[in-house]
Amino acid sequence: MNKIIEFQDVSKSFGSLQVLENLNMHVNSGEKLALIGPSGSGKTTILRILMTLEKIDGGVVKVDGDYLWHQKIGDKLEPASEKHLHKMRKNICMVFQQFNLFPHLTVLNNIVQPQILIKGVDKVDASNKAEELLALVGLEGKESHYPHQLSGGQQQRVAIARALAMDPKIMLFDEVTSALDPELVEEVLSVLRQLAENTNTTMLTVTHEMNFARDFADRVLFFEHGRIIESGPPDIMFTNPKESRTRDFLKNFIGGI
Amino acid sequence: MDWSWLVVQDVMPKMLAGLVITIQATFGGAILAYALGLLLAILKMSKNKPLAFSVYWSSEFVRRTPLLVQLYFLFYVLPDFGIFLEPMTAGIIGLGLHFSTYTSEVFRAGIENVPKGQWEAAKSLNYTPYKTMRYVILPQAIPPMIPPLANYLITMFKETPLLSAITVVELFNSASIYSNSNYKYLEPMTLVGVFFLLVSIPAAIIANRLEQKYKPEKVR
Ligand SMILES: Nc1ncnc2c1ncn2[C@@H]1O[C@H](COP(=O)(O)OP(=O)(O)O)[C@@H](O)[C@H]1O
Ligand SMILES: [Mg+2]
Repeated sequence: MNKIIEFQDVSKSFGSLQVLENLNMHVNSGEKLALIGPSGSGKTTILRILMTLEKIDGGVVKVDGDYLWHQKIGDKLEPASEKHLHKMRKNICMVFQQFNLFPHLTVLNNIVQPQILIKGVDKVDASNKAEELLALVGLEGKESHYPHQLSGGQQQRVAIARALAMDPKIMLFDEVTSALDPELVEEVLSVLRQLAENTNTTMLTVTHEMNFARDFADRVLFFEHGRIIESGPPDIMFTNPKESRTRDFLKNFIGGI
Repeated sequence: MDWSWLVVQDVMPKMLAGLVITIQATFGGAILAYALGLLLAILKMSKNKPLAFSVYWSSEFVRRTPLLVQLYFLFYVLPDFGIFLEPMTAGIIGLGLHFSTYTSEVFRAGIENVPKGQWEAAKSLNYTPYKTMRYVILPQAIPPMIPPLANYLITMFKETPLLSAITVVELFNSASIYSNSNYKYLEPMTLVGVFFLLVSIPAAIIANRLEQKYKPEKVR
């Protein structure tokens, strides 16, 4: 299977805090990956590196066979130019914990504007696609609302639709239900389950919802202090993990699994 | 000293012409102050530290020195370097440059108040820095900036008499020239005050309304 994402000896520090140390991992094309682990273990940082929101200090990241943070010039690896990063970002889109919808645009225009500005889609096609995606996430009829008129769960579903409209090869979801009231979590997770089922987009999700991770993921990675302690298919990870640290971590969620 | 309506009649056409110049200088200066202010704000926030630093200190320098001195410089000193400006041009540049250092702070604060998540969402959707600014950040940053920018417009209007120092015949200067040649001060100077009030008071009321309209809690 072809590896769409590869981390090779990736290091990342914030000041004196080393968050990732020689991290090696890969993601296969079309794979659905769940990243779990205690807070502060570097899960968000991994997604943010892929979204080019955080630079790396050492190692290389490859996306779809091309260096993400570097460019090959001759046979030397140079830091990526803004132009290269722009090209690489075409393949990747991220959905955030805080939704980050554009508050000055209607729901429809949140999904239409990026298609027109970034993908050069014409207005009619962009609107049609936005309508389709809103139906997919169960929000038909909300086109002319502004984000602040929607519940958190609805806003997050708009954010997912907006990301889908860009047709990325890779989608990143960073604790997309953590900012939601408990009763709104399920409506978002069920959209993600459905996506995982029906698309061959590669998806990485950071989550504390273990039931969801089990349904969603082909493979689960357990992180601690920026290292992968254990990884495997959800059946094994959630029922019979090898590492005691994985077991200890999962104990906290026992009621939920 | 008695109020003479004859003097009023005599000076009025000159003052109306002066008022037109005042308004032109105000708006000309304001357009420059807004455009340049936005540019300065963006440069001050640049990741290029030496650039951001030098723009910050040059604009502090302009802000901390009197407008009158800057006007003299533009009009009387620049010719020594072979640069000759029309009085009105020098006036508009002076006003615009001086007030751009104030408006740039309004722009900077407005832009910095847009949450970081908005920049990140734009990047995640692959917006270029220009498109991020133009379509995501400024549309959110500008509404709360409108009241302070309107207030600077009023301040600039009130500062226009300084342009008389570089021979611009604006409202005050038109009255002053008349007064000095006819030894009539009461009517022209009263009228200057009245004219300024007639414009400033409604403008202040409008600015106040804008402030109500764009109260922070309404602009999320
Ligand atoms: N911009 C930043 N500046 C300083 N420290 C940061 C920054 N971002 C993350 N960190 C720190 O890096 C560590 C890993 O963070 P993160 O990747 O968010 O972990 P997780 O998502 O697993 O909770 C944490 O200790 C966090 O405080
Ligand atoms: Mg996190």
